Amino acid sequence: MKTPFRIILGLFCLLVAVWLVMPTLVIIPMSFNEKKSLAFPPSGFSWQWYENFFTNPDWLASFFNSLRVAGLVAVAATVIGTLAALGLSRMKHSGAGLLRAILITPMIVPGVVLAIGIYAVYLDYQLVGTTTGFVIAHTMLAIPFVIIAVSASLEVFDVRLETAAASLGANRFTTFRTVTLPLIAPGILSGLLFAFVTSFDEIIVALFITSPYLKTLPVQIFTSITRDADPTVTAVGTIIFIATTLIISAGLIISSRSKRS
Amino acid sequence: MSQTSQISTAGGENPRPAGGAPASRRRPWLAAYPSLLAMPALLLLIAAMGYPLLTVTLRSFSDPAWGLQNYVWFFSTPVNVTVLWRTFSIAAWVTIVCVIAAYPYAYLMTAVGPRMRLILILCVLVPFWVSGVVRTLAWVILLQDSGIINSLIRLLGFDGVKLIRTQTGVVIGMAQVLLPFMILPLYSVMRGIDLRLVQAARSLGARPSRAFLQVYLPLSLPGVFAGAIIVFILSLGFYITPALLGGPRSTMLSTLVQSQVLSLLNWGRGGAMGVVLLVATFVLLALAAPLMRQRHKQASRS
Repeated sequence: MKTPFRIILGLFCLLVAVWLVMPTLVIIPMSFNEKKSLAFPPSGFSWQWYENFFTNPDWLASFFNSLRVAGLVAVAATVIGTLAALGLSRMKHSGAGLLRAILITPMIVPGVVLAIGIYAVYLDYQLVGTTTGFVIAHTMLAIPFVIIAVSASLEVFDVRLETAAASLGANRFTTFRTVTLPLIAPGILSGLLFAFVTSFDEIIVALFITSPYLKTLPVQIFTSITRDADPTVTAVGTIIFIATTLIISAGLIISSRSKRS
Repeated sequence: MSQTSQISTAGGENPRPAGGAPASRRRPWLAAYPSLLAMPALLLLIAAMGYPLLTVTLRSFSDPAWGLQNYVWFFSTPVNVTVLWRTFSIAAWVTIVCVIAAYPYAYLMTAVGPRMRLILILCVLVPFWVSGVVRTLAWVILLQDSGIINSLIRLLGFDGVKLIRTQTGVVIGMAQVLLPFMILPLYSVMRGIDLRLVQAARSLGARPSRAFLQVYLPLSLPGVFAGAIIVFILSLGFYITPALLGGPRSTMLSTLVQSQVLSLLNWGRGGAMGVVLLVATFVLLALAAPLMRQRHKQASRS
């Protein structure tokens, strides 16, 4: 490769990298802004937006709602999605491909169309603004991510290990618990994280099925941006970013450790 | 399911006859029908996605009266047709921007050492785990009239540009959100390209540009197609970014659906728009499916 070409390529990619990362990097300094404005650059230094987040009941309530919903969704989607991934991996006929494609459609269906449909159904069944309603919708949206993550770890899983365990007299449940489960655990764990993040971050369906009594954090962020441009959102954004970075790093460390052992 | 049929499947599946214990009597049954394990997921999908989508479709034909009037209204109102056209053109622009930005980036990822590659991958993944709403807020800060980008442009001695509440702003924000969906499939295809083929072309006298155009580019096209289809389809349904970064002149179909249903309580018209969006998405997927399958075949052949 010629050097001028390399330089142009490098500069272009640097620009793309800046474009990708800049929105994240801009939020963090903005969260320490002294003024109540979203103008860049921020001036001064203050913790007031963090303080506001931890003292304002609206923000706190929506945060705990999101945590509760995402926690329930992570468990439900991981169990249902892992079962589905196991079933799909053991299906031998061509139906498996079709079934997998069907189960992954929630990722592709336009969010607004899904949202108005869910809203219509929830109005009939009094599920608007309920935890049950949120958990059902978000679990459905999170299952594809669990299926993809668990399927990926099942693909590298050696089925002969199960046969070996069975030939040594283990019954199917013992085999699953002591052989299969530990080996696909990293996939299940990353599915769990994906499901949690999917629910915690989901906004379009949440905007439709929300109520004054049950708002999730993204809905609160959205209304705050559209109504009053409250800089507290920058503090919330920074907290979420740091929290997710920690969770994902932990996930990466766990999966790399289990790969080594 | 009768007792005998269970035992007979067990006999066919397993050379050892199933024992008398109740626990072991159930296992051949699941082993014979592994698809049963996927049933909870399928049932939830039918209840939480299928039923709602069916409701929307039915209402588009039945609200306020049975017939096609909502569709006739949709396609005979110039504003709607403009928005439909704009939705496709914004999706096309986002896809083009993503291809242009992702191709060199993915190429560089295959050409650098492991440490540099990790940095490049992190740059792609970081936006992935920042909340979508928060990221769009960041774009509001960056694109506003007194924002960083405009300050930079002024610093260079040019007049400021209107970015927020414009189509350009929407494309910049959406492409940033969707770029990882383009880079990752492209990278996975490029990583599999045998660079010796390019070297062979060069040793046979091809100039670098010709070796690239005739050898490397065609081999990488499946990745471009896969990424472009995903980006285009996801762009069609975007709601948050256009709602926050766009103005009245960059409304997309999603916003129209939302306002028909939530503000005007017009389920029939909103439903009809939703169905148009849904059908467009699935038609594109159906068109793209053969391309994707070809890619899989190529991947399994190599």
